[in-house]
Amino acid sequence: MKILIRNGRVIDPASGRDEVADVAIASGRIVSIGAATEFSADRVIDATGLVVAPGLVDLAARLREPGQEHEGMLESELAAAAAGGVTSLVCPPDTDPVLDEPGLVEMLKFRARKLSRCRLFPLGALTRKLEGHTLTEMAELTEAGCVGFSQADVPLGDTQVLLRALQYAATYGYTVWLRPLDAALGKGVAASGAVATRLGLSGVPVVAETIALHTILELVRATRARVHLCRLSSAAGVALVRAAKAEGVPVTADVSINSLHLTDVDIGFFNPDMRLVPPLRQGADRDALRAGLADGTIDALVSDHNPVAEDAKNLPFGEAEPGATGLELLLSLALRWGRDHGLPLHTALARVSCDPVRVLGDAVGSLASSAGRLVEGGVADLCVFDPAEEWALQPGMLASQGQHTPFAFAHTGMALPGRVRFTLVAGTPAFERAAAA
Amino acid sequence: MLMKRNPQLNSHGELIHLLSIEGLPRAVLTQILDTAGTFLSVNDREVKKVPLLRGKSVFNLFFENSTRTRTTFEIAAKRLSADVINLDIARSSTAKGESLLDTIANLSAMHADMFVVRHAESGAPYLIAQHVAPHVHVVNAGDGRHAHPTQGLLDMYTIRHYKRDFTQLTVAIVGDIVHSRVARSDIHALTTLGVPEIRAVGPKTLVPGDLAGMGVRVCHDMAEGIRDADVIIMLRLQNERMSGAMLPSAGEFFKHYGLTPEKLALAKPDCIVMHPGPINRGVEIDSAVADGTHSVILPQVTFGIAVRMAVMSTIAGNQA
Repeated sequence: MKILIRNGRVIDPASGRDEVADVAIASGRIVSIGAATEFSADRVIDATGLVVAPGLVDLAARLREPGQEHEGMLESELAAAAAGGVTSLVCPPDTDPVLDEPGLVEMLKFRARKLSRCRLFPLGALTRKLEGHTLTEMAELTEAGCVGFSQADVPLGDTQVLLRALQYAATYGYTVWLRPLDAALGKGVAASGAVATRLGLSGVPVVAETIALHTILELVRATRARVHLCRLSSAAGVALVRAAKAEGVPVTADVSINSLHLTDVDIGFFNPDMRLVPPLRQGADRDALRAGLADGTIDALVSDHNPVAEDAKNLPFGEAEPGATGLELLLSLALRWGRDHGLPLHTALARVSCDPVRVLGDAVGSLASSAGRLVEGGVADLCVFDPAEEWALQPGMLASQGQHTPFAFAHTGMALPGRVRFTLVAGTPAFERAAAA
Repeated sequence: MLMKRNPQLNSHGELIHLLSIEGLPRAVLTQILDTAGTFLSVNDREVKKVPLLRGKSVFNLFFENSTRTRTTFEIAAKRLSADVINLDIARSSTAKGESLLDTIANLSAMHADMFVVRHAESGAPYLIAQHVAPHVHVVNAGDGRHAHPTQGLLDMYTIRHYKRDFTQLTVAIVGDIVHSRVARSDIHALTTLGVPEIRAVGPKTLVPGDLAGMGVRVCHDMAEGIRDADVIIMLRLQNERMSGAMLPSAGEFFKHYGLTPEKLALAKPDCIVMHPGPINRGVEIDSAVADGTHSVILPQVTFGIAVRMAVMSTIAGNQA
């Protein structure tokens, strides 16, 4: 199918391109960006007043398949991705069974490809069953399509195993994705601080993050393994990563939309939708995370999408399952952050497009040169959105099976800027939404 | 963030549930204490009943074991002429895998008018209050580490009974404060009622520094903590905390923080000693103090019934 996207404001964060132009697409690729006078399209999309941006790349989205289909399924969650303008996503290995066998990874990739809504890049388990004892067959898993290796939210308690895992991964140049969390200190249900103390909730102290960061950074210095640090949550954590990067330690980092916009005060009267991992911390932490994302200490903004079923959320705070749906909010929350900080649109978009692709690096193969970007000859993964539309998240609006999110208007009263109108994956429409009346 | 109305108050600022002392205006607390005063005499009558809750069903839902609190709620409800149903959930429904809200929905179908809830998870009564029908009232009888508001109120009743005025007092709360819902409710009540000096006393494992954010002075030295105190509230040290990473032993705790006659001599001569019970003699409190002239531990229990009557009759009279 040949598609012409006409008269949109074309923004390519990687090159800095920001101009009104036509984008011509054929055979899944961008043929030209500019005035397409002699292009005979099967379909013309009028993008007047809209932004034409690269499809978003989300480094953390749980689809809950296999094993937790009552919470989310590939079909619903990839539809949610498309509705959010997300054209590539990375999913962690903590499914049931855990992604520690090449067959499982191949099946997942095959099923996602059949749905052709979004490109799926699984992370393989770093250790078998995520138990922290035995390394997985990383080379086999890479051949099956894994883009890195992770312990998901299960911290590795044994430092010896972590050292070996980093050495082994470094042998092949694989990236290890770690959420910095000390296993013994990380068992609470809210961030340590005045709110948790007042509400009588068990706390996760900041040192649970910084101790793990110190350990990981020391091991990276020793092994030169490439590590991606997932879901930073504290000001002290941001400072450690900033210093390590300045020193040349080969690490990258991300932050979730939740930690970027919310604090523990939002827990209010024990709202289980605010039960998140990592837990929401204090205002100073949120401010540091926002500044860290602006100055590039934090490379990427992620949705940390994790659909949770009604039954698992409607419980007392400490018993509620952590997690929130997020794929359909990523764009708006990136834009809102950028607007709050007075950043140009292309900077906000970079953190959810070309920057995460840089984190993925060679692991995505030939896509590395054009995913998350708009280049002639590159893949036509695009997100077309209305930057002027503001919306409020009301119940039943989301395509995701998970309906629980802290950003529900009833919780935060937050207006969300920017609404996705078209999502194209490999030149094929994956999602369309009519203009608001 | 949206400013949400305190879920225990209706749009007129009247109490419809009692979930926490936090956020309640001083006038609401004072009114409950005044009402409790009028009920105290009911307890001395030949026929210990008033008809305020006649025809109403009060369900005592204890997801955590308790004898004393449940009994006092039961007595209070019966003296208000309510029908009382005791459910020991710890041994029934949840053991069969029923969710908290399913349990509540089932009991609501039996036309419950009030739930008195104790639960091991902080905040559980809030979840219940958000899911019951508008005419159903919820009383928190202790949730996790968060709150035990009727205990807080009966402690305030006791202090007011003996000291009259809150605004000149020094109150020391001693022991395992980090895990104590009683301490949190007492602190909120004391600050609301205008107590100028509240001290939280104990070792750093049990009295974390960020308690200061609740308006208390944190003291790790017992002598400093109870010197010139008008009121000393000793907290129960749970068995599971007596040895391990929180404390090395009950003996060492008693030596440094146990209330003995010698330590009590540092407080004001007319100091009262309180304890939510059940007491651990020789762990947090010496028998000579528990049974001594400064102790008001047993009057606390008596006042507790009147305070719970006041709470139940107050919220039953207000509409969501």
